[in-house]
Amino acid sequence: MNVTAVLQNVIASALIYSAPLILTALGGTFSERSGIVNVGLEGIMVMGAFSSVVFNLAMADTFGSLTPWIGMLVGGAIGFVFSFFHAVATVHWRADHIISGTVINLMAPALAVFLTNIIYGARQTDFIKARFGFFTFPVLSDIPFIGPILFTNTSLPAFVGIGIAILCWFLLFKTKFGLRLRSVGEHPQAADTLGINVYLMKYAGVLLSGFLGGMGGAIQAQAIASNFSASTIAGQGFISMAAMIFGKWNPLGAMGAAIFFGFAQSLAVTGNYIPVIQDIPSVWLQVAPYIITILALVFVIGKSRGPAANGKTYIKSK
Amino acid sequence: MSQIENVIEMRGITKQFGNFKANDNINLSVKKGEIHALLGENGAGKSTLMNILSGLLEPTSGDILVNGEKATIDSPNAANLLGIGMVHQHFMLVDDFTVTENIILGSEKTKSGFLDQKSARKEIKELSDRYGLIVDPSARVEDITVGMQQRAEILKVIYRGAEILILDEPTAVLTPQEIDELIKIMRSLTKEGKSIIIITHKLDEIKRVADRCTVIRRGKSIDTVNVKETSQQELANMMVGRSVSFKVDKVPSEPKETILSVDNITVKDSRGIEKVKGLSLEVHAGEVLGIAGIDGNGQSELIQAISGMTKVESGKITLQGKEIQNNVPRKITESGLGHIPEDRHRVGLVLPMSVEENMALQTYYKEPLSKNGFLNQGKMRSYAEKLAEEFDVRLQSVSEPIASLSGGNQQKAIIAREVDRNPSLLIAAQPTRGLDVGAIEYIHSRLIEQRDNDRAVLLVSFELDEVMNVSDRIAVMYEGKIAAIVKPEETSEEELGLLMAGSSLEKARASVENPTAEEETIHE
Repeated sequence: MNVTAVLQNVIASALIYSAPLILTALGGTFSERSGIVNVGLEGIMVMGAFSSVVFNLAMADTFGSLTPWIGMLVGGAIGFVFSFFHAVATVHWRADHIISGTVINLMAPALAVFLTNIIYGARQTDFIKARFGFFTFPVLSDIPFIGPILFTNTSLPAFVGIGIAILCWFLLFKTKFGLRLRSVGEHPQAADTLGINVYLMKYAGVLLSGFLGGMGGAIQAQAIASNFSASTIAGQGFISMAAMIFGKWNPLGAMGAAIFFGFAQSLAVTGNYIPVIQDIPSVWLQVAPYIITILALVFVIGKSRGPAANGKTYIKSK
Repeated sequence: MSQIENVIEMRGITKQFGNFKANDNINLSVKKGEIHALLGENGAGKSTLMNILSGLLEPTSGDILVNGEKATIDSPNAANLLGIGMVHQHFMLVDDFTVTENIILGSEKTKSGFLDQKSARKEIKELSDRYGLIVDPSARVEDITVGMQQRAEILKVIYRGAEILILDEPTAVLTPQEIDELIKIMRSLTKEGKSIIIITHKLDEIKRVADRCTVIRRGKSIDTVNVKETSQQELANMMVGRSVSFKVDKVPSEPKETILSVDNITVKDSRGIEKVKGLSLEVHAGEVLGIAGIDGNGQSELIQAISGMTKVESGKITLQGKEIQNNVPRKITESGLGHIPEDRHRVGLVLPMSVEENMALQTYYKEPLSKNGFLNQGKMRSYAEKLAEEFDVRLQSVSEPIASLSGGNQQKAIIAREVDRNPSLLIAAQPTRGLDVGAIEYIHSRLIEQRDNDRAVLLVSFELDEVMNVSDRIAVMYEGKIAAIVKPEETSEEELGLLMAGSSLEKARASVENPTAEEETIHE
């Protein structure tokens, strides 16, 4: 293979694996910026993945190539519903955020596999027909050198994710909504004295995270796994949280970190084609993303500072 | 027309929390363009009343009239719309935001969906020029001084169009220069027709700025007076409900045997810098030794070394003839040390725990509070109730978290716990920091009482008049050493000031006795 082909392969694989992480990390960013820790993202991804596969299997004939995109929205909607439980538990019932999130993480795979068993009579679903597949950008792919590497046979969901990350950045830092959301995660009492509805903003943060996390799960299922089983989502939710922290709770930072972690995940697949590392035993490449995540957590994240009131329950005085 | 003259009238305001009336039928009226002080001890109900006026709390009963019209203030927004804005004691600023973002938060202007920070900045600039509220609109709050943070808070309130400003203990965190600045700002605000309510327990500030003053005591409004016609003494008496003395009553001390002897000790701080450098001192039974000094000259490290909280590098500390240096704190405590720590929130108390648990912290492992490894809840409760009664700790119940008590009552609880064990040495570090006159008077008299019972008292304070009033001997600490030991009746605040700044005793004495003409005017 020539250099262009190797680069194309490496970049495209990295993007394919990073797309679910980008969206989920953005979700985590909204939740934590509003002051609610959402460790339930893993479970939310599971539900997003499961529901998108069910939708895909049932409706592929009707919607054709649009199916995975609609499936992504279906996954987002289910994630939205699941995060609602987390929001009610943490905002209104003042539950510990970690415990509520853990409940979601324990419940989601059990529920999804149980439902899979009921619907399909097996522990995993059939393979979907309408996958995200590969996409070649018209016009852009004709740019010399860059075109073939970046815009040929690549992951469209990843580019959509990058676009969403940019939108999220504007939403968080340039709009009234973003300013208020961030104020609630930093100093809810100050926001309260200024007439901002603290609980409403926290709900908004958590529900957005559920929607984005659900979409992330749907992309994982429909672009990478192609079916649903208990192992479709294996730590991607947690890796996304690491990306969010790595990216300093900034949508663009989270996106960058997610692409980095996606690259690490893709090594297990592309490692064989990359001259320098093709001799490394594949088991090392498979554990690489997790080791890199841990190293990032240990060495980088210790220094990064999150929203001041993150994880704290706000009780309004009457 | 007198109706219109009062911009705010609060009539018969009552606020009940459970069985406790934080405000009991309070009346308050504020005239347009005046600075109205709200005076009361900690926990008297001033902040509750102002939280009601600013919409954070709803009154149980009573009426509020704004500009002569009855108003319902059920949210901060409602208060905003009526032109009432509050600057809280603990600033309501988001550290991570810029000054501008903090000011516009909640009443943001937008241009096609995006925040319009440019026009906001312009507006803030205009307001800040007009009232002398100097801020850097694009600086992040965590990077600016406390004084500027406060100006940002005031701007935040004015930006919302407030005509009536409530300032909650605005000077508590400011340096003397910043206080002068704030007073100027307050004057320029009232000149423009705005009215200010200032919550405080500092009498000299009321005399300096306020036109009228309403005194609140234990939830009730006592009186509203014209500040010009009322002396500080009268204000203090009204606030506390009895005659307050600023002087501590005491008979001359009769020092007896040595209780604490510190011999040539060296102590490093947490960063490894030597803070106490070969210091020696003795405290005798029946005397108060006051340590004067500017913050950071090794006082904290000295206390931590005596109480076993930090390592003594070299030297000897003897308590009642027993060497105690580098023992664990409990062992030192049991050898006869009572300790009122410098930072009552971090070291003295476990804030989320109840009053009874906090009062048992030194003795919980011994009978009668525990037996065979189990706590005796009933004994703990009755012990705490006994102490609260004896030491006048005002509370609703000993099972409430100690965090809900006012600072003065928290401090009384610590004193009760420490003094009740009959320690032969009592260390009192900054015992009255942040407390009001009533509580200060009480704590001073308790310290003197310990001395009169033949205990040794080591008082550390940055407040010169406290050291002068309470101590029998004063040791001035400078750069980790005792610079001089003087008697309060033979020294003056000027002399102590010079010693604290590093002068030798001879030099200080000489310059106090023969001041140059220049210094004379400064001291005026």
